[in-house]
Amino acid sequence: MSFRKAANSLGLLFVGLVLVSPAVLFFLWMASLSLKFEVDNAAYPPILIPERFAWKNYTGVFESNRFGLFFLNSLIVTGAATGLALLIGVPAGYGIARMKATKAAVVVLIARMTPGLSYLIPLFLLFQWLGLMGTLVPQIIAHLVITVPIVIWIMIGYFETTPLELEEAAVIDGANRWHVFRYIALPIAKPGITVAFILAVIFSWNNFVFGIVLAGRETRTLPVAVYNMLSFEQLSWGPLAASALIVTLPVLVLTIVAQRQIVAGLTAGAVKGG
Amino acid sequence: MATIAERQVAPLAGTVSATGARPKTAYWPFVVPAVAVVGSVIVFPWVFTVWMSMHEWTVGGARRFTGLSNYMRLASDERFLTSVGHTLVYTLLAVVLPLIFGTLAALIFNSRLPFRGVLRGVFVMPMMATPVAVALVWTMMFHPQLGVLNYLLSLVGIGPQAWVFNPSTVIPSLVLVETWQWTPLVMLIVLGGLAAIPTEPYESAAIDGATVLQRFRYITLPMIAPFLMVAVIIRTIDALKSFDIIYAITQGGPGTASETINLYLYSVAFAYYDVGYGSAIAVVFFAIVIALSLLMLHLRQRTKWTDVQA
Repeated sequence: MSFRKAANSLGLLFVGLVLVSPAVLFFLWMASLSLKFEVDNAAYPPILIPERFAWKNYTGVFESNRFGLFFLNSLIVTGAATGLALLIGVPAGYGIARMKATKAAVVVLIARMTPGLSYLIPLFLLFQWLGLMGTLVPQIIAHLVITVPIVIWIMIGYFETTPLELEEAAVIDGANRWHVFRYIALPIAKPGITVAFILAVIFSWNNFVFGIVLAGRETRTLPVAVYNMLSFEQLSWGPLAASALIVTLPVLVLTIVAQRQIVAGLTAGAVKGG
Repeated sequence: MATIAERQVAPLAGTVSATGARPKTAYWPFVVPAVAVVGSVIVFPWVFTVWMSMHEWTVGGARRFTGLSNYMRLASDERFLTSVGHTLVYTLLAVVLPLIFGTLAALIFNSRLPFRGVLRGVFVMPMMATPVAVALVWTMMFHPQLGVLNYLLSLVGIGPQAWVFNPSTVIPSLVLVETWQWTPLVMLIVLGGLAAIPTEPYESAAIDGATVLQRFRYITLPMIAPFLMVAVIIRTIDALKSFDIIYAITQGGPGTASETINLYLYSVAFAYYDVGYGSAIAVVFFAIVIALSLLMLHLRQRTKWTDVQA
């Protein structure tokens, strides 16, 4: 019986490996492309593990000072858009949950359904009129379109499940509403805030469409910068794959580290921006 | 956490909150900043887009009120109508394929899989990866001469394909990327449904001697139906809106063979700077997304479900 059990779980393990193979093979191939010299990338039949690694593909990306600039841009845009969204969205989620204002949640839902591009025409004209093009401000504001709904949506759900008894007790003891929020609701909601933070960071970091419309030469974020490499350096696959991997690596690492929170957040609201 | 439709239909509470005699207005200060931001970056663009769509308006040019003429123009714009067709085909495929694979994957992840946590983490990675970075690598893999996909096909005796370089195979090829990326989301949603099924029905089915297929058809499927509907709704919205992958891999090409509404909207508004006409496209596009979503929600109400907790 126990032999059969072992065979069974071995079989299941095999099925599981087949299941993850599209993801594993893709990222393996991505790494392989990024570590090969052009000769090896152009070889037929294709080579998975080359005899010598082209580390210069990576050092080349890091040595270009433009890359540092684009990395910093991405960091500022994602950081500011996520920080602002938490600052605004966490109290809003609390307020909506306590007021049971479900109609407000519908606005968030429709925002989720709206194509990202359709926000861009009015915002683009507005930023031009305000003379903000050429700075990072337009992109930070546009990214709020993604991050604010994610944070509000997740926080409503979270505050709906946190117990009211403690808050009631504090009110009886004479605490005002702000203190109740700050010292009782907020500490309990920390796991929810973590989920909202992680998802907002990922979807802001990955965003491409706002960047291609709103970014100038000096204000590109990483996804836009990588896309531009594609159009100008179509022939050198190694450096291209290396920069693609560098762009997505922070997100992949975050996915592995915070797997549980991400899964919880995604199944809760299935939020995605853009 | 409550799911979409639930939150929508949940009744509004009275004026007194659960905390006792506290009026709801007491919570307004918490919401005001968000209302201001959502009003200016989300609601204002909606309203302004509708207003712009009724003007002949190009960036840097004069503005002239033309009423509904932009919408009339859309009705006879062949490139637009073709893009609607592309969008619908793309969406249909990009909903159905991830739904099938995602459900299968969820059934496997719901069994006693060894190393379940690690495998699930790896499985989820494609949907978190940066779409442009992913698209770039797929572009290399699709390459007719040097791409690894044609090599893999040759191993099983299938001749080389032109993938995204041929008008007749470009949409299925792009859907392949979309499926690769978004199957995990369907899996997660369905897995949530499977976890909520009690074991009793299976026990009695086992006593009655039901086959695996019968158990799936008569117990599992009805139980996860509401979750499948949620997955369909979310996939439909996302597939309709898909932009990054299509733009980065084909830019709507070859020719306009993979130009969806979103891609056409981009060209009109930000390549030709015809923002009046672009706004009209945005409004119609938005209407299509809302209409399809409402249709799905309606279908969802009809699928038998009692209490869905995702």
